[in-house]
Amino acid sequence: MGMSLSPFRLFSKLLKPGRYPIVPIGVILIFIFLAVMGQSIAPYPANQMDLPARFVPPFWQDSGSMKHVLGTDDMGRDILSRIIVGTRVSFIVSLLSLTLGGVLGTAIGIVSGYYGGRIDSILMRTADATLAFPIILLAMLMAVALGPSLQNVVISLSIVLWARYARVVRGEVLSYKEYDFVALARVAGASGFRIMWKHLFPNIRSTLLVLLTLQVGWVIIVEASLSFIGAGIPGPDPVWGSMISKGRNYVTTAWWIPFFPGVAVAIVCLSFNMFGDWLREALDPRMRQVGGGG
Amino acid sequence: MDELLRVKNLKTHFFTKYGVVKAVDGVSFSLNKGETFGIVGESGCGKSITALSILRLIQEPPGRIVDGEIFLEGQDLLKLDKKQMRRVRGKKISMILQDPLSSLNPVFTIGSQLIEAIRIENHTKPSGYWEKARKLLEMVQIPSPAVRLKNWPHQLSGGMRQRIVGAISLASKPQLLIADEPTTALDATIQVQFLRLLRELQEKTQVGLIIITHDFGIIARMCQRAAVMYAGKIVEIGPVKELFDRPAHPYTAGLMRSLPKLEETVERLVSIPGQPPPLDVEIKGCGFYDRCDVGLELCANKKPPVVNINPGHEVRCWNTQRIEKGSKGCQ
Repeated sequence: MGMSLSPFRLFSKLLKPGRYPIVPIGVILIFIFLAVMGQSIAPYPANQMDLPARFVPPFWQDSGSMKHVLGTDDMGRDILSRIIVGTRVSFIVSLLSLTLGGVLGTAIGIVSGYYGGRIDSILMRTADATLAFPIILLAMLMAVALGPSLQNVVISLSIVLWARYARVVRGEVLSYKEYDFVALARVAGASGFRIMWKHLFPNIRSTLLVLLTLQVGWVIIVEASLSFIGAGIPGPDPVWGSMISKGRNYVTTAWWIPFFPGVAVAIVCLSFNMFGDWLREALDPRMRQVGGGG
Repeated sequence: MDELLRVKNLKTHFFTKYGVVKAVDGVSFSLNKGETFGIVGESGCGKSITALSILRLIQEPPGRIVDGEIFLEGQDLLKLDKKQMRRVRGKKISMILQDPLSSLNPVFTIGSQLIEAIRIENHTKPSGYWEKARKLLEMVQIPSPAVRLKNWPHQLSGGMRQRIVGAISLASKPQLLIADEPTTALDATIQVQFLRLLRELQEKTQVGLIIITHDFGIIARMCQRAAVMYAGKIVEIGPVKELFDRPAHPYTAGLMRSLPKLEETVERLVSIPGQPPPLDVEIKGCGFYDRCDVGLELCANKKPPVVNINPGHEVRCWNTQRIEKGSKGCQ
């Protein structure tokens, strides 16, 4: 087993011409490119202040110019450059916390659903408690206790994320473990670990991928909110969230300061969500055409 | 003939909040190599639990095998540790379950699932796996097997899927195959087809086959010997021909009477009044006493003995005199 959804096949599927979503994938690729290149393709150093050129509007407005395509902020820093440089932090945060929370949550969810009973009760009540705890408060506590840092943001996000994964995965496992193929695997001498990893996990893999892509957007938004209330990644390096938060003071006079970072968050979220929706259909063998499997 | 399996006084009980459920309570039978043995009984009489006990797959807790011995080729399965038992399951015992729609993993192709099973049996030369998988599909009479190997389970019909489950279960060349209601989910014509295939495969591979069913028709078609289970006990065991011609236990006789017969026209089929007893209440005497039409006084309070009425034909009943009097059983 395992040959049916190997990374190679996934890759070839993505390359296959046809009904794959060009726009979201293109947008994601562009942002990944920005995240990788960072400062080296930004027109200005992200933290370079230029006080005479404060509050320059975007280029299409009367006092705007092509020198600062998306305008400048209250300290004369170029907004486009700050968005480009901020991409990396947003992607790193979401990647790390999704991986950490996802792996932990999936493992706990599978074990919880498969074994059931007391283990299930303990793990799921813990997940409930975690979900009931407001993430903003958690992140603030961590920021107060350990000081705001990228690491702490990732930890707070993972703590909330694992519970979401665990819930969804457990639900899926509960339904799949009643299938006869699980009973037959047991008859064929498979161990509990093997059944969970080789028989149940492949069935929830597509759900997981979809959840993952849907969460990318959510994580970026939460990271932005954390930065917004000051419990996020500390400055002066640009982060989308803190750009929005600092810019909100100027919404009425210089709307472009919070607006463009907000647009970046929205575009990335939307693209990942659309990509996730497509991925679910592409990965589910039951949604493939007869004869087209393979 | 060589004995393959011997189950002796097997007791599997479930310890629940409401009491001890004696799902299997002292079951004994044996099976020879290449023989087909049937277990019949109504829902909840313990036939599936008997099969799961042989595989030691009883959910524990609440269930537990409290007593008995299960010998497979002379080896007591109940004495093996977990690891050894897993090896027995993979290599020596296989199973076909009721629902072909959920017996295959939906996210793997037929080919990869077959290869998974082939790997258990032989660890070398992965290059030959595909060819072996194709041969297995040919063996279970799947048309254009090379194409089917690349198919997903949802692309095949129920009958085809059940045949593939059969192929997978035989891939590791087991000595014992347990079919738990293998045709319940199939429609009538496919049932006949599948049973015929199962019998052919059994003759070819000489696997010991246990068929669990509630359908006497399947027993008659497939089995040499059979056991009738009632309330966790085998109430009658013997060659199939004898069970049909001279049912000795009033329960078996009642079941036979309730089968429609071709040569007679009846307006209503006879049924056995009442319900099986709840298994979590201690039964003092015979579990069938309340529904029995030939019950004696002592049946209510004393457990009936196992009486041997013909070689290989045993019945668990007090009132055996009626059997010896009339040569035609207790009709």
